Amino acid sequence: MVAAGDCVELVGPNGSGKSTLLRTLAGLHSQYRGDFNRVESVYQGHRFGLDELLSPLENLAWFAGLQGQQLDRHHALEALERLGLLAEAHTACHRLSAGQQRRAAIARWLLAAPSLWLLDEPFNALDVQSQTLLNELLQEHCKAGGAVVCATHLKLQVEGKVTLGLEPPVEFSL
Amino acid sequence: MKALLQRELIATLRTPGSVTNPLGFLLLSLLLFAVVDPSAKDAQNGYLSGIFWVLILLTNMLSLDAMFRRDYDSGALEQMLISAHMPFVAVLMRIFVHWLGSGLLMTLFVPLFGLLLGLDGEVVLPIMLVMVVGTPALSLLGSIGAALTVGFSRGGAILALLILPLFLPVLIFGSACISTAASGLSFAAPMTWLALVSSSSLLLAPWATWAALKISVEMQ
Repeated sequence: MVAAGDCVELVGPNGSGKSTLLRTLAGLHSQYRGDFNRVESVYQGHRFGLDELLSPLENLAWFAGLQGQQLDRHHALEALERLGLLAEAHTACHRLSAGQQRRAAIARWLLAAPSLWLLDEPFNALDVQSQTLLNELLQEHCKAGGAVVCATHLKLQVEGKVTLGLEPPVEFSL
Repeated sequence: MKALLQRELIATLRTPGSVTNPLGFLLLSLLLFAVVDPSAKDAQNGYLSGIFWVLILLTNMLSLDAMFRRDYDSGALEQMLISAHMPFVAVLMRIFVHWLGSGLLMTLFVPLFGLLLGLDGEVVLPIMLVMVVGTPALSLLGSIGAALTVGFSRGGAILALLILPLFLPVLIFGSACISTAASGLSFAAPMTWLALVSSSSLLLAPWATWAALKISVEMQ
């Protein structure tokens, strides 16, 4: 059971099913059997999930639109500023580095309504400074009543995290 | 809805080649056809209207493959599937913008096509009307095939196999409209059928496309 405030760290070797579990929880797989109540969530896969032709700000507007909301431009710019992307807010994502694109994707979580974050290797492409910032953001999110399920090969620096080890073959019970 | 439409328009404007290349293909094909067959200006000839619609179908297919490809490769499609508050609208916006850049644009160029082919001025307007009614079905039905094949690295041939049979009613009624109009007769009957094909596609295709996208992403 993942409750508000929980941070679950999924660890395990390659092929142990971490990504599959997250995709299943996000609703991207339907062919797996299991017993869980799926709630609305933010999912971040290996890829950034950004439209590379759009700028980070335009991407945030698009994601807000997908969720039937209007982008709060002030909050969006605040999120981008916190992630060090204010100067690149209007630059097309394909012109940004991989790390900057990852940070633009993180901005999307900060503005999204769902409080459950499903993250698959979110530290990929991030420099040390950004990794520290991401750990802070995860901590803040959990303290604010959100929940995180994160597959990672790095150790999360989040207080009170629960580590769930997966070994192939795997049966999930959440 | 505005944000979704805005995103699609921005993306299309930033990749002008996705619109201009198929249009260039159509212009060149018609030019070649006009050079090779000087009798083309006889619009009453069913051959011309058939060729015209076949070229429209092929031009449309050129742009279909890219309809969801970029989003699939970047992971944006996953986000769309998970987050979309109104899936029907999200898919419909994509299809609508595809139509703007293909069907509507081709329609606007019909007077130029008429000049190339030496068509009578009286035939140009009916052809434009027929295209406005018929080409939405091409984008709508084509989106189903594009969604089903988006996961294939070289899905072009499979896309053609899937989609061309679906395009058949549009081809039949579309060419019937043009040849009937060129004869000076009322083309209301084939036009009604064409409108029916387009409107039923509008009702069904976005849902089918959405389901096809889910299948493609699941198979990743």
